[in-house]
Amino acid sequence: MQALLHQLLSGVAGGAIYASVALALVMIFKATHHVNFAQGELAMFSTYIAYSLITAGIPYWIAFVLTLMFSFVFGVAVQRLVIHWFRDRSALAAVIVFIGLLVIINSMAGFLFTYTQKGFPSPFAGQAWYGTTYLSPHEVGMIVVTLIVLAIVFLFFRFTRLGLAMRAAAENPQSSRLVGIRVSWMLALGWGMAGVLGAVAGMMAAPNIFLAPDMMSGVILYGFAAALLGGIDNPWGAPIGGFIVGIMENIAGAYLVGTQLKQALALAVIVAVLTFKPSGLFGRTVVVRV
Amino acid sequence: MTALLELHGVDASYGPGQVLHGVNLEVDEGGMVALLGANGAGKTTTLRAICNMGVRTRGEIRFGGKRIDGRATEDIVRLGIGHVPEGRGTFLGLTVEENLRLGAIRRSDSGIAGDMTRVFGYFPVLRERLHQQAGTLSGGEQQMLAIARALMIKPRLLLLDEPSFGLAPLLVQEIFRNLKVINKEERMSMLLVEQNARLALELVGKVYLLETGRVVASGLPKQIAADESVRRAYLGQ
Amino acid sequence: MTAPTPPRWLDGRPWFAALLALCVLVPFLVSDYHVFQLTQILVYAIAILGLNLLTGCSGQISLGNGAFYALGAYVSVILMVNVGVPYWLTPPIAAVVCFGAGYLFGRSVARLEGLYLALATFALAIVMPQFLKHDALATWTGGVQGIVLTKPSSPVPGVLNNDQWLYFYCFLIAVVVFVIAWNVMRGRTGRALVALRDQPIAAAAMGIDTPSYKARTFGVSAMYTGIAGSLGAFVAGFISPDSFTILLSIQFLVGGVVGGIVSIFGTLFGAAFIELVPDFANKFSDAAPWAIYGVLLIVCMMVMPWGMAGLVRSVRFRLAHLSTARTKI
Repeated sequence: MQALLHQLLSGVAGGAIYASVALALVMIFKATHHVNFAQGELAMFSTYIAYSLITAGIPYWIAFVLTLMFSFVFGVAVQRLVIHWFRDRSALAAVIVFIGLLVIINSMAGFLFTYTQKGFPSPFAGQAWYGTTYLSPHEVGMIVVTLIVLAIVFLFFRFTRLGLAMRAAAENPQSSRLVGIRVSWMLALGWGMAGVLGAVAGMMAAPNIFLAPDMMSGVILYGFAAALLGGIDNPWGAPIGGFIVGIMENIAGAYLVGTQLKQALALAVIVAVLTFKPSGLFGRTVVVRV
Repeated sequence: MTALLELHGVDASYGPGQVLHGVNLEVDEGGMVALLGANGAGKTTTLRAICNMGVRTRGEIRFGGKRIDGRATEDIVRLGIGHVPEGRGTFLGLTVEENLRLGAIRRSDSGIAGDMTRVFGYFPVLRERLHQQAGTLSGGEQQMLAIARALMIKPRLLLLDEPSFGLAPLLVQEIFRNLKVINKEERMSMLLVEQNARLALELVGKVYLLETGRVVASGLPKQIAADESVRRAYLGQ
Repeated sequence: MTAPTPPRWLDGRPWFAALLALCVLVPFLVSDYHVFQLTQILVYAIAILGLNLLTGCSGQISLGNGAFYALGAYVSVILMVNVGVPYWLTPPIAAVVCFGAGYLFGRSVARLEGLYLALATFALAIVMPQFLKHDALATWTGGVQGIVLTKPSSPVPGVLNNDQWLYFYCFLIAVVVFVIAWNVMRGRTGRALVALRDQPIAAAAMGIDTPSYKARTFGVSAMYTGIAGSLGAFVAGFISPDSFTILLSIQFLVGGVVGGIVSIFGTLFGAAFIELVPDFANKFSDAAPWAIYGVLLIVCMMVMPWGMAGLVRSVRFRLAHLSTARTKI
């Protein structure tokens, strides 16, 4: 029973990472109907920036905030410089562009920071007071930080003008223009925010999975599963999907399929959701125009 | 005195097919103008050309004396043109209140709350449904919402694309009554595209008749209505 | 949708013959290392052909063909090492296994279009290495360390050395495979596949059994890729799970995009590209080839979505294939 609880709570912690990634994916999907295959690489690169800042002596939380700022700008830049030019192209072209981005960012990281794995510090001390038998301080920290970030994002969208404008631009670009909203800049902001979410996920995950250019490939897989499960166009569903996937990963890994097939389970979830309920748990059904 | 909105020799095309040919049109400050014509005559295209929505145009379009052809839709809107498009363009997933707030999203003045109240005065049902998702409103209510949202922009010129479409006659009369009041009280110029010619003729001060992309007649409503061929073709008499 | 135009053989034929002749003569003119590279190019060409069939002709996106390449490689090697099957007998077996696996996968994702299919295949590619490292299979797969093979040796050492023999073996298979693909594409199946690509709903309405065709195309694509994987194992002399990551699938994509997704001819160009660029770019940095791949993917989508073959075609060649109904991609 103890072991089960441990797996469950650990799963919630892991799920926090997937929740952030899933929300980033959903934000971009909602606005553009594209899946950002390069989301993981953006997050990884931002984490490397954090690493550079920290190893240069900058205190962790200052480096954290600076990295968030960087990741925002990075996301906006990617949208403005690359994605913007492909906004009218087919799904196939978009996918290829995203893969291209994935590979460019991955190789940039490899070039600038080498391919050797590095350790990444956790700001949550190993023996801190808020650790419990079931959750390490870092895991508690992961959950708290993620919840704070998610809360800020939701409050932003719900209560600010800019948030409303961004929601409008995602929902109906044409009508948004008719009220004077610069839709393409709203998209850029969305990318910036997705960059921030990814950076948070990366920095929270890195202490456990170690910093390397390919560190996010597993995480992004679970991120996809979580986004699809929650409903690829539903921002509320994404974090829920994330936590479910996190818990499922742990429980299934510990009791059902073993740790070596956890990723295969994610694949199965993806295929199952897409085949049986493409709109996920909370999304709206996708209609294909004839 | 230059008109508020002027179109000079405007051609418009979607891709390879040209829809408008040399359209000349004027809306005076404070005026109400109707653009009539059969299906496919190019009425909607004209409105879309003014706002540069997916149409390629040649020729001049001036608003307040300044050229606006070729500029981005959102920039044209910011100059003071509100467009109630074909299909209404409601933000279906957002609430009525959010739809209205979006109309005012570019405004930083303090009159927004007052305008909301005024809008509720014209369309009380919107206040009742304030927190409902816009997609759950009936067709007529969505039409009112679309007009209200455009009003929240506080535009100098309001473009309306078939505001009567699919609505019960009583509702249409009420809406048109409101439009007349708005035009008088707020000095808002209007360009109205309508298939329902009779109602439009009662409302406006000038009429243009469009046929296969060309303006074939223009003048006062009385003149247009008196024309035999027009009456037969468009007024079903 | 128009029927494919008949081949302008008068344009294409002399070039084709010249190319064939070149392919037969070259192994005797260059060093062993270059022969090895040419063989690898042939192998990649078969894999890219598999991808082209799927993406270019039936409009299904796959980011997961590397998984079938891996499957083909492992089937061959396991048969050779654990069962003692001679190497030259293993590609057909690998072909059958991969067809089955591809068909099953294709069937399970038959209802997925475009983006969602890309997602599912992307996931497949990520999962494959982990799957191959699984302990339960380690006795067969060699686990994380992989398996080393003895490279096939030439039965006529006086005439052809080992590298040359392997080259001709692969060349023969490549010719067979390309000819089959060519004929299929020009026939009824090919037209149906293009209908699927351009107007999937209309195709279904016309009675083309979409899920079945899709699954079959997946199966064929996987089959070709699996054959390539099998041959690739012989060429490399070594396989391990980490040789078959998502990056491999992306390499095939690069080859297809740069060469031209719809063109059989372009596969050779694309294959040469992905084999030779790392050679050249690795001198600058390990990361350089991938940076080049990424930039090219984006640039190609921007400037020449039909790849090098499309460029060539628009300049000169008109080979018979089904891009006559040119979709905006």
